[in-house]
Amino acid sequence: MVVLASVLGVFDITLDKLSNGELWLAQFFRGLSDGATYASVALALVMIYKSTGFINFAQGSLALLGVYLAYIFSVEQGLPVAVAVVCAMVASSAVAMFIERVFIRPFPPDHVLPLVIVTLGLLLIIDSAVGIVWGFRTRSLPSMFPSGAPIEWGIAQLTWRTIGNLGTVFAVVGLLYLLLSRTKVGLAFRAVSSNLESARLVGIRVGPTLGFGWALAAAIGTLGGALVVPDLLLEPSIMLRVLIFSLAAAALGGLDSLVGAVIGGLVVGLARNLLVTFLDLSELALATAVAVILVVLLVRPTGLFGSTRVERV
Amino acid sequence: MSAPYLEVRGLKAAYGDIQVLHGIDFSVAEGQIAVILGANGAGKTTTLRALCAMVSTEGSVRLAGEELSGQRTADIVRRGVAHVPQGRGTFPDLSVEENLMAGAYVRSDADVRSDMEQWFETFPVLGERRAQAAGSLSGGEQQMLAIARALMLRPSLLLLDEPSLGLAPMITRSLFEQLTAINAAAGTTMLVVEQNASLALGVADVAYVLEAGEVALSGPADELAADDNVRRAYLGY
Repeated sequence: MVVLASVLGVFDITLDKLSNGELWLAQFFRGLSDGATYASVALALVMIYKSTGFINFAQGSLALLGVYLAYIFSVEQGLPVAVAVVCAMVASSAVAMFIERVFIRPFPPDHVLPLVIVTLGLLLIIDSAVGIVWGFRTRSLPSMFPSGAPIEWGIAQLTWRTIGNLGTVFAVVGLLYLLLSRTKVGLAFRAVSSNLESARLVGIRVGPTLGFGWALAAAIGTLGGALVVPDLLLEPSIMLRVLIFSLAAAALGGLDSLVGAVIGGLVVGLARNLLVTFLDLSELALATAVAVILVVLLVRPTGLFGSTRVERV
Repeated sequence: MSAPYLEVRGLKAAYGDIQVLHGIDFSVAEGQIAVILGANGAGKTTTLRALCAMVSTEGSVRLAGEELSGQRTADIVRRGVAHVPQGRGTFPDLSVEENLMAGAYVRSDADVRSDMEQWFETFPVLGERRAQAAGSLSGGEQQMLAIARALMLRPSLLLLDEPSLGLAPMITRSLFEQLTAINAAAGTTMLVVEQNASLALGVADVAYVLEAGEVALSGPADELAADDNVRRAYLGY
């Protein structure tokens, strides 16, 4: 009887919650905001995947490094946060180009397995190095966007930060699309990813093209990190959590699709917030991300928007 | 006789420990079409790849008197060498138009667009499919695209590896007619590896026969076509 009563009680609470429109809306906005941050890190993963065909596990670590640099530039050096983030994007691009040149380029670009192992090693090295240099205490990085909410319905707030996160991710995906489809460097980038040998035979310098991809991905990842961290606290393992949600986003959207990364990010962000709120699953939030990855790989390995490669013989 | 446009001396090439070319010599004069014949495994494809620094090589490769060996593929392309590799020379995920734009990657002049339209006239089927992904074209269409892509470089030397592979005989014949027309119009020097020996000898000025990584026979194409050994081994009559 007691058990039954408590189960009914839980249902009561849940029903209460479920019929609360404001709560839905509040979680919807939060989900969009989180989703935008996952999406922007997912975009960085997709950029590397598009050019090289593998997932760069060090992507989150490069973003972590970038966010720490943004922290140094803003909190310690006193630059405005947005300026500090731009400086950190440039700096982390430089680091990424160095890493690509020293650790990645010695390996043939079409042998994926050694490269994946190298990126896993880089993940551990960079995360530890950040911990050694800046310590493990938590810090807070202010948001680039003003606090407050221009639109409110009860507890549901559409905050400037949510608007800013969404605006940033849409701007990034738009710029990336233009870069890839309208510029010569974008053409080179896509040519390398489509056929390495033919890319060399038309005179594209493959190494620098991939280095450019790494730099761009690091800058996007840093921007993504700078969107995420104000909601959480900055500490050396923070991007590992984000990376898992972003991987789920990228897998859901299709690993080679920019639009897919954004939609995947938003869906994962929404799903996470709604599950945590309405099913009290906060302990399982990370597991839901892993579940998304598993289900996508089983049911539709190319994701929602990924391209199945068409090749006639 | 003037100095040859492409002059190869003592060219060796190896994949790891396996030596494929054992020091071959050959040359092609400017504006000529040369053909390389030989059985499977004789080193024909490797010869073309060696010219573009796509295998590790030793020896000397001179283009218009300048040494190419030691340079990287991307720099050799900038010297005007276009290479149509065997089989897949296209970018399957890029559209037909983008493939041709990529072919002109090292060019910065204003004529890229008009060149593209010119090749769409030469190969109308490519023009009809200009927005389609190259990977969705048929094998023959992809071969045409690979050749048009190479021509977008405005090459001074065009290397063609088995251009007839997988093409219907009619298409092969018209392709070789196109190539001779391009050779006549633009004076493009060509080096062709081809299994269809009778067709290749018909359009070529000079021919080389490779056997086990060495030049076994060489001479004007019409003389080789009349040679009994060549006829028996490569022409089949």
